[in-house]
Amino acid sequence: MSSAVQFQQVAKQYGDFEALKGISFEVEEGSFFGLLGPNGAGKSTLINAMSGLLVPSSGSIKVHGHDVVQDYRKTRRLLGLVPQELISDPFFNIRQLLELQSGYFGIKGKSQKLWIDELLERLALADKAESITNELSGGMKRRVLIAMALVHKPQVLVLDEPTAGVDVDLRHTLWEFAKELHQKGHTIILTTHYLDEAEALCEKVAIMQRGEVKALDTTDELLSSHPFRYVRVSVDEESAPLNDQLQSRLVESDASGYLFKLEKDMGMSDMLGMIHQSGISVKDIRSRDASLEEVFMELTGAAQG
Amino acid sequence: MMEFNFAGCWALFVKEVKRFYSVAVQTIFAPVVSTLLYLLVFGQVIDTQIEVFSGLSYSQFLIPGLVMMAILQNAFSNTSSSLIQSKMHGNLTFALLSPISPLEFYLAFIGASVIRGLAVGAGILIVGMYGFGITIDSPAWVLLFAVLSAAMMGGLGMLAGILSDKYDHLAAFQNFIIMPLTFLSGVFYSIHALPGIWQTVSHFNPFFYMVDGFRYGFFAQSDVTALMSLWVTSGFLILISSINLILLNKGVKIRK
Repeated sequence: MSSAVQFQQVAKQYGDFEALKGISFEVEEGSFFGLLGPNGAGKSTLINAMSGLLVPSSGSIKVHGHDVVQDYRKTRRLLGLVPQELISDPFFNIRQLLELQSGYFGIKGKSQKLWIDELLERLALADKAESITNELSGGMKRRVLIAMALVHKPQVLVLDEPTAGVDVDLRHTLWEFAKELHQKGHTIILTTHYLDEAEALCEKVAIMQRGEVKALDTTDELLSSHPFRYVRVSVDEESAPLNDQLQSRLVESDASGYLFKLEKDMGMSDMLGMIHQSGISVKDIRSRDASLEEVFMELTGAAQG
Repeated sequence: MMEFNFAGCWALFVKEVKRFYSVAVQTIFAPVVSTLLYLLVFGQVIDTQIEVFSGLSYSQFLIPGLVMMAILQNAFSNTSSSLIQSKMHGNLTFALLSPISPLEFYLAFIGASVIRGLAVGAGILIVGMYGFGITIDSPAWVLLFAVLSAAMMGGLGMLAGILSDKYDHLAAFQNFIIMPLTFLSGVFYSIHALPGIWQTVSHFNPFFYMVDGFRYGFFAQSDVTALMSLWVTSGFLILISSINLILLNKGVKIRK
């Protein structure tokens, strides 16, 4: 499969600070790709460099084979970015903004008007079409940004933390829309702090930290290669204290029980033996594989230490 | 062959014109009224006491200067305020994400600033023509200077907008550079009325050539030759445009 976006040794420096340290990877055409990392990892810097909002210090980025600096007209037609920061314009209403944005791309006519109507409808903005953005709530402004990013029907849609600060309803609407675009063949690149969303949606994930890619693989592979699984033990209210073996595997505890982290090659019978030795009164035991959040914490937490 | 996104450039130009037109009271009518107050105060008080150019009343001498001053200040304001507002509200991002080149971006903004400058200038000129009987010796020359000067000031406004991070920076640019240069450009007087040293200093003020060349189009009289004014104005327009295009190409303070 050909690549939708290619990053080659992309670096960005602000004085002595290295925001991106020679990033190289590819996003396959038609994939749903997650770009994850803690705050300050360099995700937005990378996305902004791809979209032309900043100029990388070195390296190259190609979108569908076109360089984002040399051939920016083509790459900007191919890309649609929903930026992280909310944007407003006190002079124009939503429909005017969408028409103006279409104009920047040289798109006009009846079919474009219909597409704008469809975007307004799909993003539940139709009744706000004549409102200016300053009059809208944060969630509504986010919808406007999504409509603006899609107005020129880009092949690659980049969503930079699109669900930050939005309600459940919009989050649901947004993901349904994103999944639909993905099914139609669009490449979706997503950054989010909601790792359950990334796990459910993304086929492939890159985890960034301090301007570097710490892990890059399919979501399934990242989850299965994680060396631990997790055991939730529910206990009676008055239970014996944990012994040292269990204590060393404890991830978290609350009034109803404990969450333990086990090496994958460790048998459940060994775990049951430790519980038996400890003498705690067990009500229930559930075992599960790691979630993307736990993989993320393991990778980024280990690196921080 | 170099591609030119005419449709994109036009859309951005239309957006910029609609932007200032949507607040026309503030951007067109208010500057016309405030400039006419100068005419009322200075013109009426001094009219009978001074004859700057032979055969002209002071009011008649003053009007072209005031028209040019309004053109300069409003062309500057249009690009600078639009750019800084777009930076502050973040909506500059929309244009930056589009396939509009730095040259197209520049032309769209400058085009809108010329329209605003001419709109305000025309308002004052109409009052001058009908209220004070002022006539134009060479309309083409007047229009040429109005467009070149507005474009130059639009460019200067863009430079200020690019370099400013907040409204305070822009206010400093406006109050400490644009206003003094405008007021000392011969709007209210002929530089021949100044002491020798100040006459020399005035020749280093590019705004002086814009006012003087513009005034020549009305009266066929000027402090320096009209051709000299044309070269200086055109030269500054090219200089400011070049600086802007370099900054826009590099993305200075815009593409971080």
